[in-house]
Amino acid sequence: MIQGITWLLGFQLVGEALSYAAGGQVPGPVIGLALLTLFLLTTRGVPAAASMEQSTGKVADGLLANLGILFVPAGVGIIQHLDLVMSMGLSILAAILVSTVVTLVVTVWAFTFAKYLEQKWKRKP
Amino acid sequence: MEAQTMTGLTEGVPTGTGLAVPDITGQVLAGQVLGGQAAAGGVMAQQAPVLPSSLWVYLSATPLFWLTATLVVWLLASAVARRAKGHPMVNPVLISVIVIGLGLTLGGVAYPAYFEGAQFIHFLLGPATVALAVPLVRQIRLVIANLLPMLVALAAGSITAVLSVLALGRLFDFPDALTVSMAPKSSTAGVAMAISKGLGGDPGLTAVFVILTGITGAVVVTGLMNRMRITDYAARGFAAGLASHGIGTARAFQVDPVAGLFAGIAMALNALVTALIVPLFL
Repeated sequence: MIQGITWLLGFQLVGEALSYAAGGQVPGPVIGLALLTLFLLTTRGVPAAASMEQSTGKVADGLLANLGILFVPAGVGIIQHLDLVMSMGLSILAAILVSTVVTLVVTVWAFTFAKYLEQKWKRKP
Repeated sequence: MEAQTMTGLTEGVPTGTGLAVPDITGQVLAGQVLGGQAAAGGVMAQQAPVLPSSLWVYLSATPLFWLTATLVVWLLASAVARRAKGHPMVNPVLISVIVIGLGLTLGGVAYPAYFEGAQFIHFLLGPATVALAVPLVRQIRLVIANLLPMLVALAAGSITAVLSVLALGRLFDFPDALTVSMAPKSSTAGVAMAISKGLGGDPGLTAVFVILTGITGAVVVTGLMNRMRITDYAARGFAAGLASHGIGTARAFQVDPVAGLFAGIAMALNALVTALIVPLFL
């Protein structure tokens, strides 16, 4: 477990360093994600990297399976602005609900439609 | 993207207040101990019985208490969600936020004091982002096979997320600052707050909209996708992550690992695209 955590934090740390050096345009964890992806892809099947792969995989699976709890501390922060949201009434909640539903529908529709067209073109070259 | 969530949220959390908390409670605690001593007739001044209320004041100021409370509430909320067979309305993030929020309000505890303990959980957002590399590598062929649909959906979804807010803002007669604060709501908190700040919005308000959007998406996505008869978990997950960032991604991982992966990718890409397009529309 400690080994897996160390790898994840290590890649995040390198990501943060590169992010800082590049002027902070891309967040450190995203650079860490890209680096770890490249690392895992290039070392796939290499016996020396098997233990690193296994330990990192275990911690990653654990974190991602419980991803929701990581948003609780920030989510509770809503209580600081609750009166503001309340005073602005239902139109805010309505706008968020409608916009979110429309975004979900358009995104999934674009995804499946593009996939459908792509497969159609592949069948008829 | 989540590191910015971290730095972004510490903006919302007055860090200085966090340091002041033990001082304030120290005084309150002293006052109550003195009160107890007076009631006991001044006997055994140093050994005054600890009242339950002073115990609360003491414990509620320690990071340990709120860290443990967050974990316990989350475990209970997850158990309830499992009991409900993962029903989307029974969202463990929503339940935990409500329970802890009520606890803080009723217990008279300020958010910065809570965050002193909860920050250890919040910190894990960074490593969790890096951890997305593991499912990405496992499913790399599936990701490559879906590259074109992802790019099309990214463009369509990112633009819809922003333009729909502008249209609704006009419809509901929102003040401009409110619309600006809401426009980046589908991207992850840190990025959204930075965009809002740069365009004259209120980053604190943006953080609230981001959280509300995440919870809304996580609650409605499953029913919506079933009704649309979408069976492709890559497409379902991608929509969840794009429209409702990390909280939608957490929901996607709860439903299916492939959905979770595509949600994570969509969340990362949308954070970048939203930062590019919001200034174009406003």
